[in-house]
Order: sequence, then structure tokens, then C-alpha cells
Amino acid sequence: MKSASIIMIVGSALLLGLFIFPLWSISLEAPQYPSGIGMNIHLDGLQGKEKHDLQNIDGLNHYIGMRKLPKPEEMWEFSVFPKVVGGMALLGIFIGLLGLFKGISPNWFLTWLIIMCVLGILGMYDFNAWMVDYGTNLDPKAIMKMTDADGNPLSYKPPLFGTKHILNFVAHSYPHTGAYMMGFGMFLTFIAYIVGNKKRKTNQA
Amino acid sequence: MNKIGKYVLGIAALIFMTNCGNNNSNSNSGAMSSSKAEKVYVAPGEHDEYYAFFSGGYSGNITVAGLPSGRMLKEIPVFSQFPTSGYGYSEETKAMLNTSFGFVPWGDAHHPDISQTNGELDGRWIFINENNTPRIARVSLATFETEEIIELPNSAGNHASSFVTENTEYIVAGTRFAVPNPQRDMPISDMKGEFKGPLSFVSIAENGRMNLEFQLNMPGFNYDLAHPGRNKSHGWFFFTSYNTEEANTLMEVNASQNDKDYVAAVNWKKIVDYVKNGGGKKAPGTYAHNVYDDKTHMATSTMKEGVTMVDPREVEGAVFYIPIPKSPHGCDVDPSGQFIIGSGKLSTDLSVYDFDKMITAIENKDFVDDSYGIPVLSYENTLAGVVTQPGLGPLHTEFDGQGNAYTTFFISSEVVKWSLETFEVLDRQPTFYSVGHLMIPGGNSRKPFGKYLVAMNKITKDRYLPTGPELEHSAQLYDISGDKMELLSDFPTHGEPHYAAGIRADVIKDKSKKYYELSENEHPYAAKSEAEAKVTRNGNEVHINMTTIRSHFAPDNIEGIKVGDKVYFHITNLEQDFDVPHGFSIIGANTSEILVMPGQTKSIVWEPKREGVWPFYCTDFCSALHQEMQGYVRVSGKNSNVPLKYTLDE
Ligand SMILES: [Cu+2]
Repeated sequence: MKSASIIMIVGSALLLGLFIFPLWSISLEAPQYPSGIGMNIHLDGLQGKEKHDLQNIDGLNHYIGMRKLPKPEEMWEFSVFPKVVGGMALLGIFIGLLGLFKGISPNWFLTWLIIMCVLGILGMYDFNAWMVDYGTNLDPKAIMKMTDADGNPLSYKPPLFGTKHILNFVAHSYPHTGAYMMGFGMFLTFIAYIVGNKKRKTNQA
Repeated sequence: MNKIGKYVLGIAALIFMTNCGNNNSNSNSGAMSSSKAEKVYVAPGEHDEYYAFFSGGYSGNITVAGLPSGRMLKEIPVFSQFPTSGYGYSEETKAMLNTSFGFVPWGDAHHPDISQTNGELDGRWIFINENNTPRIARVSLATFETEEIIELPNSAGNHASSFVTENTEYIVAGTRFAVPNPQRDMPISDMKGEFKGPLSFVSIAENGRMNLEFQLNMPGFNYDLAHPGRNKSHGWFFFTSYNTEEANTLMEVNASQNDKDYVAAVNWKKIVDYVKNGGGKKAPGTYAHNVYDDKTHMATSTMKEGVTMVDPREVEGAVFYIPIPKSPHGCDVDPSGQFIIGSGKLSTDLSVYDFDKMITAIENKDFVDDSYGIPVLSYENTLAGVVTQPGLGPLHTEFDGQGNAYTTFFISSEVVKWSLETFEVLDRQPTFYSVGHLMIPGGNSRKPFGKYLVAMNKITKDRYLPTGPELEHSAQLYDISGDKMELLSDFPTHGEPHYAAGIRADVIKDKSKKYYELSENEHPYAAKSEAEAKVTRNGNEVHINMTTIRSHFAPDNIEGIKVGDKVYFHITNLEQDFDVPHGFSIIGANTSEILVMPGQTKSIVWEPKREGVWPFYCTDFCSALHQEMQGYVRVSGKNSNVPLKYTLDE
């Protein structure tokens, strides 16, 4: 049970990486941007890959009528997400400590993981909903009003995950270091559950 | 076929063969030439290996090219107005061209030299001299903009300039046209002994700031070229002089009579100490010192008065003359600092002096003469050797760092490679035509990059498609990495390059600025956001603080301007992205447009003469909506009471 609890503590502590490293990365490529342009999504706000990338993305987006990228205070997510992630990390560490000193059931590890997965899915859903709104809710006075073959307005929504052509740009949207740390941490908490369970069974046997 | 037919064919074949032979002598065909093409080919999107900075001569500017491609990358305005960017026209940069003679719109730019640390090119700045109104400029190699220009009083024809000592302690300026010092009204024929040839020493501060420390009041010969000692001879400076005859008329004959002229060897460290200890006399001399600040984006011109004048005879052991055959031009020091190469341009030999022998001769007081009280060393006892009969009209020598020297020969149109060990000629290649200077990147430093050599020719003739009587000058690129020099390519250069400096691209390319930080813009009329845009009137002076961003001006409609107003357009470019300038021009402006870099503010003045509604627009194709980047100014009569009003999207 000792090793399982330590794995649980390490796994949930890895969530704290999100306070240092970005969660997600969206980068844009076009011939006239040889070194690329893009942004990193942090728990508490957006950050340009280069110093002025956010301003330059806004500059490009104004042609097609997209709103300016949100400042931290303009989206509730940027104040709530850090609390949720921080809370879950502390909770996970706490459960791990209980495992270590009080020998609580590894089912607690699994419960934590399930809550985390639900929150993760909700987070992704929310992120996607924002991108849909951002990419389709366009200024009616937009300089360029592009339509698809059927005459419907084009959506400029970046992909949630993957690569997509948007006009002259290729957009890549992938998890960044913070998300990988979180994913690996969640995987570790699952291992903690398995290991804990096995130990418990052998102990019982 | 009849006999005559065969005969004609025979001659044709002969001509064909001779032609082939000729072609082979200066450009190999077939497999060889394809490998030459590969050597200068820089694939699309790839970068050149070297930057080359060519002086523009009478263009007054510097042009930047890449090597080995020879592609021109930029023209940097230095001493001449440049409507392309508005340099010398904009309110901010007019002061750069201020002199003690007032505003001078033009200059004659000669010898660019890159700053050094420990004798190696460090790529911080490039300096260049102006010959006509004696000046030295400092250009930043981060922004590729002229940051500072200092005028040199009491001098005329600043040709022996702007060469940098090996830790960028000093740059020098010379006097190629001896003049009365101080200037005064006197008969020209009384020149002898009365005219002077002051050599100026300008110190360089850590931040690049130039200061005229002292002038060495030399006899009135014509000081032509110079190079600092390096390595073991660091602390000395060598200048060639001609017209030791001190002739003042029909110079081409009368200044070529003496069998020998002089190289002046100057121990500048001794003189610096002398001046630091209170030596020298305060002498009159008015000069402008112009400094550009890349935070305020403005130049200021300060008129300074007085200079420390040093009499060379009063500093013991600091100044000597060494005889040199016939009207020397180049005066070049090899990377070890051991050899000083003097090129008598009317001589057929190259004189190579030995620094150690010179020091011994000075210690032994081995003087053969004196000239106006300056000791003249013995020619024979300072000589390391002579490169005999290398060609006609030697001008300039640079080095490859592998023990070889390369000298241009103007009259015989060739570059000659010779050994610094044996003084024997190793190779010669023709140039096209009448080569002046040559450039090996780093070739006048302790560490030359001995891969390429560029010959800068004075005469172009048939090298390119004809373009009327006036042709751009021609340059040739040689590969000098092998035993024999190999001519790789021809490329035209702008103006008249008198000299060039080259540096490995990777020393500077990553430090090159991409845009100016808007938040650091300290221009007093900057509008750092559209909310800060405004129009203010003060009597008949109107200041418009205007912004640009792709692709509109703010404000873009202005009313309440009157005939007779003096309207300042201060344009701030809000972009913060690489290579997104906006331009500004307005109908009826009696000046050039301005090209405003991201984060920068530039201003022009407009004095509307007629009532009406007058458009202004962006001169740079900044986006797909560049054509829409325009605005209007309504100009009313002198006594009208149309209120001042400015709008965007109303
Ligand atoms: Cu524009």
C-alpha cells in the first residue's frame, strides 16, 4: 500500500505542472510567417508564442470579423480553472497521504480519477464551445465574408485536437507540456489504484 | 563547295577556336563553370554566408550585399538624403545631416570598417567616413540605421578614414587636401609650410558614442589612407601621404615629382597619454555632432567648439615618416601586425615594412632626414622586403590569414596573390576593369575569413547589358580557398564602392532587430494606441498624432485645417510584427514620403497652399487592404472658422 500511495501522491502532484507549463498550444503556419505565429493556453490566460503574437493574431482575425482574443478577466474559466486544478491536486495528495498513513482503500484513488476525468471532459467541452463561438460568431461588418461551396459562412474554429486548413493558414492544435504532465499524472493515479488493489488482494489472500 | 567557300569556313573555324581559347582564359566552360555556379548559388529561401558592406562613394550611403550570391540586401542611408525611407527629410532625421556649414544633403562615403574586439570583427557597428564635408558616421548593425555622425573641423578631404583600432578604442580621420589651419584668407601659392594636414583621433565609448579627442597637426601633405597596427603593432597607426612636394596646381604632374613620399607612423597611445596629461593646445574648430536615439526615434544635432591640437614635434618618439616610392595609396597591416604594406600607385613594386625593424630604427635614431621637424626613418633599414614587379599601380592589400596577401593593381587590372614569407607572387587573376579596392571578409583584422575575395572595379564597360552612358560599377567574386584564385561571378554594385567590409553572417544576423518595441517609444508626439491619436492646434502650427495599423489611419478624416497652417503629421506605426512598415504621403507636401517601421514614430511637415479636400495615403503595400489605407484633410480659407475635428469611423 505504501508504494501505491506514493504513486498517487506523485501522480496528483503532477497536475501542479499546469501552473508552470501551458495546457494547450495552437500554432498557425503561413508562407509569410516563416517562423510561425501562435499561442499557448495556460490555466489562467493566453500567451503568445512570441512577444506580440496575440496582438498579431488579433490583427489577422479582424479581416474576417473574429473577436479579439480574451484577456484573463474576460473569461470566467481563467479564474476558475486554476482553483479546480489546484483543488484536485491537493485533494489527490491528501488522499495519497491518507493511503500512506491511514491505509484507506485504493478505491478512493479510483474515485479521484473518475472525478478528474469528468472534470477533464467538461473542460474540453467548454473549451470547444468557446472555440465554436469564437470561430463562427463573427462581426457582421467583417472585411472579408467568406462562404463555403454551399454559401454558408465559413467557420474559423481551430480544431480541438489536430491540424486543419483555415484559409491561407494551417492551424495545429495540440496539448502542451502541462497537459502531458496532467495526463501522465492521471495515468499514475490509475496505476496507484491497480497496485494498491493487488497489494490488498495479496494481503487478504 | 568551291574553294572560296572552304576558305571562308576555315577562317570561321579559326575564329571560333580562338574565341573558345579566349573564353577559357577567363571563364571556364562545361563542368568547371557548373561547379562555379554552385559555389555562388544560394537556393531560394537560403541565406548568404557573409554580409558585405560596400561604400556608395558619391551615393553617400552604404549598400549591403550577401556573399557569395552578390545579391543586394539593403541600402543604408548615411550621408545622403534618402526618400525611400524619408531619411534626411523627416523632421526626426534632418538633424543627422547638419554640419557647421548648415544642412548638407549629400556626402561622399568611402571606407566602411566594422568594430573589433581583440582584433576580431565583433559586428556591433560599422563606421564610414565622408570625404567632402569631413565626417565619420556610426551605423548600428542591429538596426542597420545610422546612429551618429561627427564632423571633423580643420580638415578637408577626410579620406584616410574611418579605420578602427583593434579594440575599437579609436577611429581616425585624415586630411587629403591640406588646408590652412586654422582656416584663413591667404594666397594659395603660399601653401608650402602654411597648409596643414591634421589627423583626427575619435574615441569610441562602450555604447558607441564618438568623441573627437585630439587632432595631430601634421605637415600639409595629402594623407590618403591609413590602417591601425594590430597584434604586436597595436598602439600604432600608419598613414600614407602624397604630394610631399606641396604642389597646388596641375597636381597630377606636380605632385608626382618626388621619388618617394611618406608613410607616417603614429604611436597614438603615446599621444593619448600626452593629451591625458594635459598636452596639446586648445584650438578653434566648429563641428556638428549628431546623434540618433532609437527610443525617441529622433536625432539631435549639437554644435561643438574647439579641439585639442597636438604638435607632432612636441611628443617625443610618437611620430615618424618612412619613405615610400611614388604617391602611395594603400597602407595595410597584416594580421600579425608585423608587416606594413605600402602601395606606391605609380610604382611597380610593393614595399613591405617590418614593424620590428622600424622600432629598432627608432631606438637607434637611425634617421636619414627630417621633414618639418619630424624624423624620417631610413627606407632600407625599415624594409622587410619588396615584392618586385607584381603589376602596375598597386592600390590595396588584404590578407587571408593563411600567410598570403592579395593586392589590387589598378593600371594592369588584376589581383595578385603573394606570400608574406617569401614576398613571391603566387598567382594573378584579371579583374574587369581597373580594380580599386578589394575586400576579404575580416581581411583587415587579426582573423580574416579567407574564403572569398571581392574586387571592386572602377570601370564596367561591357560587363553587363548596357544602360546608357552611366553604368553601375562592377565587382568580381573570387574563391581564394585554394592555391589559385578562381573567378566565380560578376555583380553590379551601387554608386562607387571605394572600399568594403565583410563579416560572417552568423556574427550579426541573430542580433538583427525585427521591430521597435512600441512600449519603449519615447517620441514626444507618439500615439501608442488609437485612443491616443489627436490633433492639436497652436497658432498656425497643427500637430497630428496619427496611428497606422493594417490597414487604416487614425484619425482618417481631419477638418479645420487652414491655408497657411504648418501641419506636422506624426505617424506612429502600431504594428509589432517583423517587416510590416506603413508609409505616409500627402498631396502637395514639399518633401519625401516617410516609411515608418513597426513601433516607430516619424514626422513630415505639410503646408497646405490651397483650399480643398486633400487625400493622404499609405505608400507601402501593407496588406490586402492597402489600397483602402487613406484619409482626407479638409483645408479651409485662412480666416474661416471651420472647427478642428478629427474622426475615425464616424
Ligand atoms: Cu499601410
